[in-house]
Amino acid sequence: METTAVRGRLTWQVATVTSVTPETGSVVTITLDPPDWLGHRAGQHLDVRLTADDGYTAERSYSIASAPGEQVAITVERLEGGEVSPYLTEDLRAGDELELRGPIGGYFVWEPADGGPLILLAGGSGVVPLRAILRHRRRSGSEVPARLLYSARTLPDVIYRGELDQGHDGAQVIYTLTRSHPSGWTGHTGRLSQALLAEAAWAAEANPLAFICGPTSFVETAAAGLVDLGYRPERVKTERFGATGGR
Amino acid sequence: MDALDGNAIGGLLIDVFGTEMTAARSTCATCGDSRPVAELVVYRQAPGTVVRCRTCGSVLMVFVRAHGAIGTDLTGLASLSQPDRP
Repeated sequence: METTAVRGRLTWQVATVTSVTPETGSVVTITLDPPDWLGHRAGQHLDVRLTADDGYTAERSYSIASAPGEQVAITVERLEGGEVSPYLTEDLRAGDELELRGPIGGYFVWEPADGGPLILLAGGSGVVPLRAILRHRRRSGSEVPARLLYSARTLPDVIYRGELDQGHDGAQVIYTLTRSHPSGWTGHTGRLSQALLAEAAWAAEANPLAFICGPTSFVETAAAGLVDLGYRPERVKTERFGATGGR
Repeated sequence: MDALDGNAIGGLLIDVFGTEMTAARSTCATCGDSRPVAELVVYRQAPGTVVRCRTCGSVLMVFVRAHGAIGTDLTGLASLSQPDRP
């Protein structure tokens, strides 16, 4: 504990909210200015703590949406009946304060030296840490081939669509829409299948590195599917956030 | 209640162990399954957190916050191995 305190990495601190930007109808990105931030790695998260007037506290963990070196940002999806996300997505304004600690996590992280090729598999708001990885890849000048397979309910539910459609220095983005799709949609539809996985994933012979983030069922399907395709289990990193998109 | 995975308790594990532990390798004392802590099954319901084996479902770790302390039960683990240079 002493070491942690000396590093100052996990002390709760009060950050100032510098912006709240809608991403979709139910998702916002919140940029934060924590007074004591030693930098984060792509894929890490932070803990947010809300305290009610009566002292009741609720903690949630959110993936960091920005790359190392960029301002700290989280992207939050509103969950109906949630304790924390309705406040963050509907009430929080620039200039407000937010209690947080981080960065946290040493498993679901990517460094350029980890290589690739990278296959990133996102279910819903599971795209958030993968976007941080894509941004880190671009900002660090990494030439590792990268591909993102993103499963969303509908096209308007796609988070960061403008950014993803612009491309990330050659990173390919493949969508599959599970609930409905616009007329004339020529992309994939339906839930992640082994056929789609086989089509989108790099050949196992290239020793790819996979990051999978999403609801538990999505992550299990994707991880088992990649191993079936010959991926080495230790090169398949997973992060699950339950059935509802919050953690 | 939705199951999370070990990534979600990185902060709690730093509170308990004083260092990042999600990349540490756990071994289940019941079935011997070995995998990173990040991949274990986690149920969070204040004030307690229960961590289960992804293969056999045995309880590996329990953490309970009360009275300003964290009670920790690790009896379900055979081992917990931290990489030398995380």
